[in-house]
Amino acid sequence: MSGTDLERPVAPGVRLGRVSFVWRPWPVLVTLLLAAAAFLVFCLSVGAGDFPIGLPRVVATIAGRGERFDTFVIMDLRLPRALAGLVAGVALGVSGAITQSVARNPLASPDVLGITQGAGAVAVLLLTASGGAAAAVTGAVGLPAAALAGGLGTGLLVYLLAWRRGVDGFRLVLIGVSVSAVMQAVTTWLLVTADITDVARAQVWLVGSLDGRSPGHAWTALGCALALLAVVAGAAFQFRPLHFGDEVAAGLGVRYPVVRAVMLLCAVLLAGVAVSAAGPVPFVALVAPQAAMRLARCPTPPLAASGLVGASLLTGADLAARTALPVALPVGVVTAAIGGPFLVYLLVRANLRKAA
Amino acid sequence: MGVLVAVLAAAGAASLAVGARALSPGEVWDGLFAGPDSDQRLTQIRLIVRTVRVPRTVLAIVAGAALGVGGALIQGCTRNPIADTGLLGVNSGASFAVVSAVSVFGFTNPFQYVWFAFLGAGIAGGVVFGLASIGRGAGNPLTLALAGQGVTVFLAAMTTAVALSDRQSLNALRFWNAGSVAGVKFPVIWPVAGFVAVGLVLALTTLPALNLLSMGDDVARAVGVNTALTRTVGIVAVTLLAGAATAACGPIAFLGLMVAHVARYATGPDYRWLVPYAGLLGAAVLLVCDIAGRLVARPGELDAGIVVALVGAPFFAALVWRGKLRNA
Repeated sequence: MSGTDLERPVAPGVRLGRVSFVWRPWPVLVTLLLAAAAFLVFCLSVGAGDFPIGLPRVVATIAGRGERFDTFVIMDLRLPRALAGLVAGVALGVSGAITQSVARNPLASPDVLGITQGAGAVAVLLLTASGGAAAAVTGAVGLPAAALAGGLGTGLLVYLLAWRRGVDGFRLVLIGVSVSAVMQAVTTWLLVTADITDVARAQVWLVGSLDGRSPGHAWTALGCALALLAVVAGAAFQFRPLHFGDEVAAGLGVRYPVVRAVMLLCAVLLAGVAVSAAGPVPFVALVAPQAAMRLARCPTPPLAASGLVGASLLTGADLAARTALPVALPVGVVTAAIGGPFLVYLLVRANLRKAA
Repeated sequence: MGVLVAVLAAAGAASLAVGARALSPGEVWDGLFAGPDSDQRLTQIRLIVRTVRVPRTVLAIVAGAALGVGGALIQGCTRNPIADTGLLGVNSGASFAVVSAVSVFGFTNPFQYVWFAFLGAGIAGGVVFGLASIGRGAGNPLTLALAGQGVTVFLAAMTTAVALSDRQSLNALRFWNAGSVAGVKFPVIWPVAGFVAVGLVLALTTLPALNLLSMGDDVARAVGVNTALTRTVGIVAVTLLAGAATAACGPIAFLGLMVAHVARYATGPDYRWLVPYAGLLGAAVLLVCDIAGRLVARPGELDAGIVVALVGAPFFAALVWRGKLRNA
């Protein structure tokens, strides 16, 4: 990146059996601090509400040493919402970090690749269709799972359409833009033909909201996300050389088509999990990796830190949407309000750097 | 060009005849030209043709031509093959402005919020272009698409926020947002046609300079073209054209993009032919899409904007896939 990086002595390598990595204290420290920040925001979010609970009591309750009343309010009423936000934030952050790395473009995110729009189209279809089949689907697998399937299907479609003797980041993004436009058109059409009451419900869902999450819902999302994150962690060591380009990665002995496909699949699934937990919350997947990259001073989006920034961002935005604003708005509106200006900053910066 | 005019005329005639109540050519003729009559059936036909089908057809032609010319012009000004008003945030800017205006002032008549749609379209378009042209990223299709997509997502969320707090604007939004040429009356169409006419005249004045611009800024400057002035006039024309069309019909994406590429294929790179051709083609495509929307979803109808997106997005994907667009 800058001149100082080159002047610094080479960081010491660490080897543990077959795994080796370079020991850099700063990113690790940042990651730990981010984890603490995410936990803090999570606790504040759990504590806030009509019946405010102080931070020490929240921590004690989560640790299992709370009073009975606190335990009821926190564990049964508020935890699902906060947990859903946490899971969705981590999932979006990691998913964004992967897509940005694969496309080698800081602006590629699940929003751009059509995944969230696909999930949204399926959800709106189920919310507005009054037929027995839609009710049967919703009853059998639940709206979140159906939306997840929609996001996954769209992501797969984008990947297949972008496939032409391999997947190229440029083609992936532009195909994603066009597929997301189709999904938006379908959604718009569904909204036009639907009953106005259903439309209002669908609109809340479409902008991303954490309102009224059930415990089962949150725990399912958590389970799926953990399983996916385990796969990501396993593949991450093979993933990093991809930033240097396909030739270099191949030269380093990475089977890049396989690694890239696995990581992209995980990114799509994580985005789907997030959408199923919180709806298509915009911009978190875009902002979190970029913010994490700058905080950790890495040349590419760091996976763990991106997830943690995503969690803090989403939970914090939900907290702000509930407490700081005069009217209660869905969390997606707040993330869009933060994300929009950040996007402007990124674009201007990227272009100025190109000019230099 | 002659073929295109014939197609347009045929589509126009079909547009008058096709719909929830199909009319025979004789009935259309009567509806257009027969005088006041006591006959119940004839009065009804007159009503359908004159107050529903004719405004709809005129609007499809005006808006289609505006979007077609706008699409070709925007690609010329930016030298960017995927420039399209729908992809560049212009539509979402207009949507946001309309919803805000409906929510704040309680407007119900499109004639009142047309101005806000203009304002929103202009500001959003300006922001996206401004963002994409800072530094040397200018002219990179990816930068422009991403800037447009980002601004669109942002404005869409804001639009939803406003619409959620106010059921009246939610209801106005969902119909307007689909992109439809139906249900708009002449009192709205005339001012829109006025703006489109001004936009078309401005567009025509830039065409010779655009030809030189397509050889690169340095060459254009060397032969005496004021590149900044040409671009500014071009973008103003695009904003007028796209803003007027969007204000009247709602957001219609991909039409300009698609039409500009087909026109280039048919006429070659000379903008003096390309732009008028794109205008005619745009009018024909929007009209055909509107008719198709009336036919496929009978007895209801699919809005023209949705039909255009369903046709246009695969077209765009095919362009990308065949490697027509290069990563600049």
